[in-house]
Amino acid sequence: MLRLSRLTKALLVAIVGFLLIFMYTPLFVLILNSFNESQISGWPIESFSTKWWIFAKDYQPIRDALLNSVLVATGAMIIASILGTLFAFALKGFDFFGKSTVNILIVLPIALPGIVTGVAFSNTYSNFLSPAGINLGYFGMIVAHATFCIVMVFNNVFARLRRMNPSLQEASADLGAGLWQTFRLVTFPQFRTSFAAGALLAFALSFDEVVVTIFTAPPGVDTLPLWILKEVGRPNQASVVNVVATVVILLSLIPVYVSQRLARAQEEER
Amino acid sequence: MALIEIRNLAKAFGTVKAVDGVTLDIGSGEFITLLGPSGSGKTTVLRMIAGFEDPDAGSISLAGEDITHLPPFDRDVNTVFQDYALFPHMTIQENVEYGLRTRKVPKVERAKQALEAIASVKLEHTADRLPHQLSGGQRQRIALARALVLRPRVLLLDEPLGALDRQLREEMQVELKKIQRDAGITFIFVTHDQEEAMRMSDRIVVFNEGRVEQVGTPQDVYNKPATRFVAGFLGAANIVSGEDAKKVFGKSKTVSIRPERMRLQPSNSKISSDESSVSAVVQEAAFVGANTVYIVETEFGLRLNVSKTNTELLGQDKSFAAGDRVLVVWHNSQAAEIPA
Repeated sequence: MLRLSRLTKALLVAIVGFLLIFMYTPLFVLILNSFNESQISGWPIESFSTKWWIFAKDYQPIRDALLNSVLVATGAMIIASILGTLFAFALKGFDFFGKSTVNILIVLPIALPGIVTGVAFSNTYSNFLSPAGINLGYFGMIVAHATFCIVMVFNNVFARLRRMNPSLQEASADLGAGLWQTFRLVTFPQFRTSFAAGALLAFALSFDEVVVTIFTAPPGVDTLPLWILKEVGRPNQASVVNVVATVVILLSLIPVYVSQRLARAQEEER
Repeated sequence: MALIEIRNLAKAFGTVKAVDGVTLDIGSGEFITLLGPSGSGKTTVLRMIAGFEDPDAGSISLAGEDITHLPPFDRDVNTVFQDYALFPHMTIQENVEYGLRTRKVPKVERAKQALEAIASVKLEHTADRLPHQLSGGQRQRIALARALVLRPRVLLLDEPLGALDRQLREEMQVELKKIQRDAGITFIFVTHDQEEAMRMSDRIVVFNEGRVEQVGTPQDVYNKPATRFVAGFLGAANIVSGEDAKKVFGKSKTVSIRPERMRLQPSNSKISSDESSVSAVVQEAAFVGANTVYIVETEFGLRLNVSKTNTELLGQDKSFAAGDRVLVVWHNSQAAEIPA
């Protein structure tokens, strides 16, 4: 460990503390305000109540939006998990022409501005697929989300596969296991933690995505972030928006937290 | 018929010819060692027998059946890996059961067989542990048990003792040899340690640059090296060629003679009729415990190593010091001509 003087330590603690306060105070205020009894959230909060939570719970548009968000994130997560894992295996196990290009192409969507992805998908759907009689609708939104979620699973699984002892698979084959048996009994257990961590990140990433969703959501379909975006301009809905925003925070944070724990648990296994 | 017949086997990685035309017969119940420096192709040959590498040319047959291109899981051979390759997420018992499980042996039966195999390497108490909770030597034995529980016709061992410390290594050498003899399984053992190879093997196959230099019993390869490489790789050797060979041995071919097969005598002493000698001056005498190693130089500048077992305390021998004029003496049968 690096040894620091007292003053340096105090200074570092102060800087970190300030940054954390700067980052998290707005979130904290938002969460607190979701328990504000008045319809138009203000500061200081005069009286606390779970009124808006109860209202949100029974309010159909919010229930629909929540269901949509969960469905889209789950769908995107499943697609990303399968494709991300397959890509990781292909890039780990084989040498082929254009390998590094493929690698970049997998990572690129996460770096692309959401608006570009959104416009691109929206154009493709409405200018090419619809005229050809293919209407993806809801599924089109899931596919668009999956494109930038793949990298989460890919990165996690690929990193794990690279550290895996290649003789384990050989030992399995040597002991009579076929390809599928080796995958099921030896290879998958070796990377399942990374796989789960990647899948959870993919879920979280899709869950709070706004821009791509705007362009690809079918008419009349809202996800939670889309609903917030629509309602945030209406002051008399402010408290309900806070409730929904809190739900979004929780549903995004939990998978990320669990994912971190999984990654750490895996580090300790070795 | 040999159990394993290898014919003209070849394998290249990119432009490097790792194995370059290897032909070899291995008998049933034999302990055969593939010996050579790293990169000599011995491990690649082993991996082709196991099915992990696909040969570019040549063939391998096991008990008359061509297995050259069969996948590893269709071959009646098992491997003990250099790093043991125990499955880290399975207990010791699950590891040993693995091969029985892929063969669909019923649960009760495979547990019984696995526990027996674990007991046979004296590690019963570890059955419920995970591999990382075991020491290197223990993991080594479990890797062995995992392969042997399947009663393969051939066991392949890829430098299995390489990671163990010296004492454990020597214990395992004895134990492996005993297991092999008791089970009657053919062992194909890869190592770069010539002493280990001689200690354990029925026959040794010496590899160099992807080719077989010599095949023979430990005595054969040590006493009658077929090539200069073999003479130099197995133990210490004085390799004398050209003019020097003519002067010392009266031979036009290269001659190899082991340091311990020569002795030093005072320069004016006599030798018997079936012996030869050359006079020299001691340059250096190094005491190395059981032996003293002398470096001597002849009048025409040839340096020779002569090793003597230290038996002075028994009153049997006399030692020499640097600068002494001596006679280097050897029995004529000990100067081995190298054919190639």
